[in-house]
Amino acid sequence: MRARPETSAAAAQQAAFAQALLHLDAPTPAGLTTYSEAEAARRFAVYRNNVRVSLVAALGARYPVVRRLVGAEFFDAAALLFIAQHPPTGPVLANYGAGFDAFLASFEPAADLPYLPDMAKLEWLRHRAFHAADADPIGIDRLAMLPPERLDTVRLALHPAVQFIVSPWPVLSIWTTNTEDDEVRPLGPEAGSESVLVTRPALQVLTQRLPAGADRLLAALADNAPLGAAVAAAVEAEPAFDIAGCLALLFSAGAIVGLTEGSRS
Amino acid sequence: MTTDRRALSLSRPPMRAGVGLKPEHYRPILDDHPDIGWFEVHAENYMGAGGPPHYFLERIRADYALSVHGVGLSIGSAAGLTSGHLDRLKTVVDRYQPFVVSEHLAWSTHGNAFYNDLLPLPYTRATLDLVARHVDVTQEALGRRLLLENPSTYLRFDGEEMGETDFLAELARRTGCGLLLDVNNVFVSAANHGFDARAYLDAFPLARVQEIHLAGHETQHGDANMPTLLIDTHDRPVADPVWDLYRHVLARLGACPTLIEWDSALPTWPVLAAEAARAENLLRASEGADHARAA
Repeated sequence: MRARPETSAAAAQQAAFAQALLHLDAPTPAGLTTYSEAEAARRFAVYRNNVRVSLVAALGARYPVVRRLVGAEFFDAAALLFIAQHPPTGPVLANYGAGFDAFLASFEPAADLPYLPDMAKLEWLRHRAFHAADADPIGIDRLAMLPPERLDTVRLALHPAVQFIVSPWPVLSIWTTNTEDDEVRPLGPEAGSESVLVTRPALQVLTQRLPAGADRLLAALADNAPLGAAVAAAVEAEPAFDIAGCLALLFSAGAIVGLTEGSRS
Repeated sequence: MTTDRRALSLSRPPMRAGVGLKPEHYRPILDDHPDIGWFEVHAENYMGAGGPPHYFLERIRADYALSVHGVGLSIGSAAGLTSGHLDRLKTVVDRYQPFVVSEHLAWSTHGNAFYNDLLPLPYTRATLDLVARHVDVTQEALGRRLLLENPSTYLRFDGEEMGETDFLAELARRTGCGLLLDVNNVFVSAANHGFDARAYLDAFPLARVQEIHLAGHETQHGDANMPTLLIDTHDRPVADPVWDLYRHVLARLGACPTLIEWDSALPTWPVLAAEAARAENLLRASEGADHARAA
């Protein structure tokens, strides 16, 4: 659309207003009805506060375990910095907060919690799963009915909510105790790296540990590879890969919604 | 102008009190099936692909009338509407078939950023042209009439050319849009800008009003140098002087679908339902007065 002259004046006014909303050191925009300087600042601060408080609350709701791990004060300060650098790019707030994991990874004050970015990633995947498209999971009996020689060429369709994260940290164990326990349980020295599957077979988002190699299998299935090739990728990464156990886990978690045979892709 | 034909195809509005639908209340509503006239949802909360929001709204919509209230279209954006968001709004409206669709006289998007607040517009002829174009585009895209809500504001601009009531009356006349009268917003803005709320209501184009909002606000007390400021918080019961203004509106307008807006510091379901019952008693009394006038 061509810019009309009156529209570009209005655009300049909104640009100045917008700029001052996110930056506390920006002056109160010009062109406001003549209040005293302090009164104009106080009134503008109502808008500024609405924007900041509502977006910090949105991030806090999205990242409750990150918030618990660092404390409310630290979280709110980090969230404000994130908001100023990455304001929402659209009005659907369910899409807001992507990239908070990367932000935390380069956020110096959080450097002594090296697992924090992966926790943010896990919480973001859970949030995406909550809003993902619906689909009806199928049971493992559908696979069991096939003659063994056809298993290699079968393709399994993943539920739209299915995602996974491979972390060098015990990210699910930390998430679980910070979500379910009033007093956080300390993790023993045996707690090591964890891969986590996120699904939402019906209304509830589920998370569970994945065995070693399962991430390769899932990545291949997501690429629409046939089951034989997906298993081969998993075995290559993990020679002791438990094929039957992993498939049982995926089906019981509601991760599989379709099964097709033949070379169709 | 095709608005009148569209209006005929709308489902009949419930002349009752409704409440904003919150996820915290999904279960009590489905389990107990309370006697509430209707629910209102924020359109942007139902723009995901699937999951619990749609699951519950489908079921609640099957039993109750619904209003869709947009909070993100940014109809006052100088840079234009985002067509993608209009498409998303249409998807929600087509799916849930609300009895009204409303948005705000405000802006919230600039450049690539969305500010998640209802930001003020200067009431000038240029703003009127801009907003009228956007209302036309929206009504065309949705294939139905839009209601526009009077905002609560904290600032006014130099060089304004008309008052809010004249602005809304002219906008409705030009575009055929309806209006959503937020009585709490009138009270908040009147206190913040020092005008008389009843005089505002008496100048308001009430014939265009198809929905009323009521909500609670916070009082930020001033001092010798600073006047008291009211903040539109939607986090508490409706204040007594706002109930008085509501009675004043009903006496002139007659019965009109009325929403209790309570968006944060949510009360339990019975507290919210009691607030709606209070509005509904007043609304029914005014309906009686309608019949008396008609007789």
